Amino acid sequence: MIVLNVVLVVLAAALLATIVRILTGPTHADRALSVDFGFVVFTAGLAVLAVRLSTPALLDLVLAATLLGFLSTVAFAHLVERRAQ
Amino acid sequence: MNVGTVIGQILVALGAGLIGTAALGLFRLPDVYIRTNAVAKGSALGVMLVLTGVMVLMPSPTTVVTGLLAIAAQLFTAPISGYAVGRAAYRSGVPLAPNTHLDELARYRDQLGRQPGPPLH
Repeated sequence: MIVLNVVLVVLAAALLATIVRILTGPTHADRALSVDFGFVVFTAGLAVLAVRLSTPALLDLVLAATLLGFLSTVAFAHLVERRAQ
Repeated sequence: MNVGTVIGQILVALGAGLIGTAALGLFRLPDVYIRTNAVAKGSALGVMLVLTGVMVLMPSPTTVVTGLLAIAAQLFTAPISGYAVGRAAYRSGVPLAPNTHLDELARYRDQLGRQPGPPLH
């Protein structure tokens, strides 16, 4: 269990770096990339929490978050591209 | 603590290490294209390792099926989203890092519709 706690702390630090990059990122493309990475870190955190709290129902949320993150990233990237033209 | 628990925890820790490395790359690297490179590979492999470790730690049919579906979705979507972000960045005119040596797309700049002006802030 202590390994899973350390893993959760590492994922929280990764989310903190993502938030810093969203706030300071010089372009919108950086922010789109950070949102994509934040979704992935959130997905991994949900999977670890499913083991830590022994609730396998959280894994359905992992599947939904994966697909939602992909769709939002592609839509955001398209928006960045369209805004520039 | 049996063998499966140890193997699952090692897999989860390795995946978290890869995700932490990708976060370090996102935080430290100088350029959105290099950041795309670090994040797309590190996050996809890291979350796949974490999900494999979770399947080893909680071996039940629903867990394995959901985990395999999530791994497949991640495997197919992560490179596409990284590519989409890099493509949008180049087409919207984000400058490359100052120490870039080679820009092979520079001669196709007109066909790509890349804006010569400053990037979008």
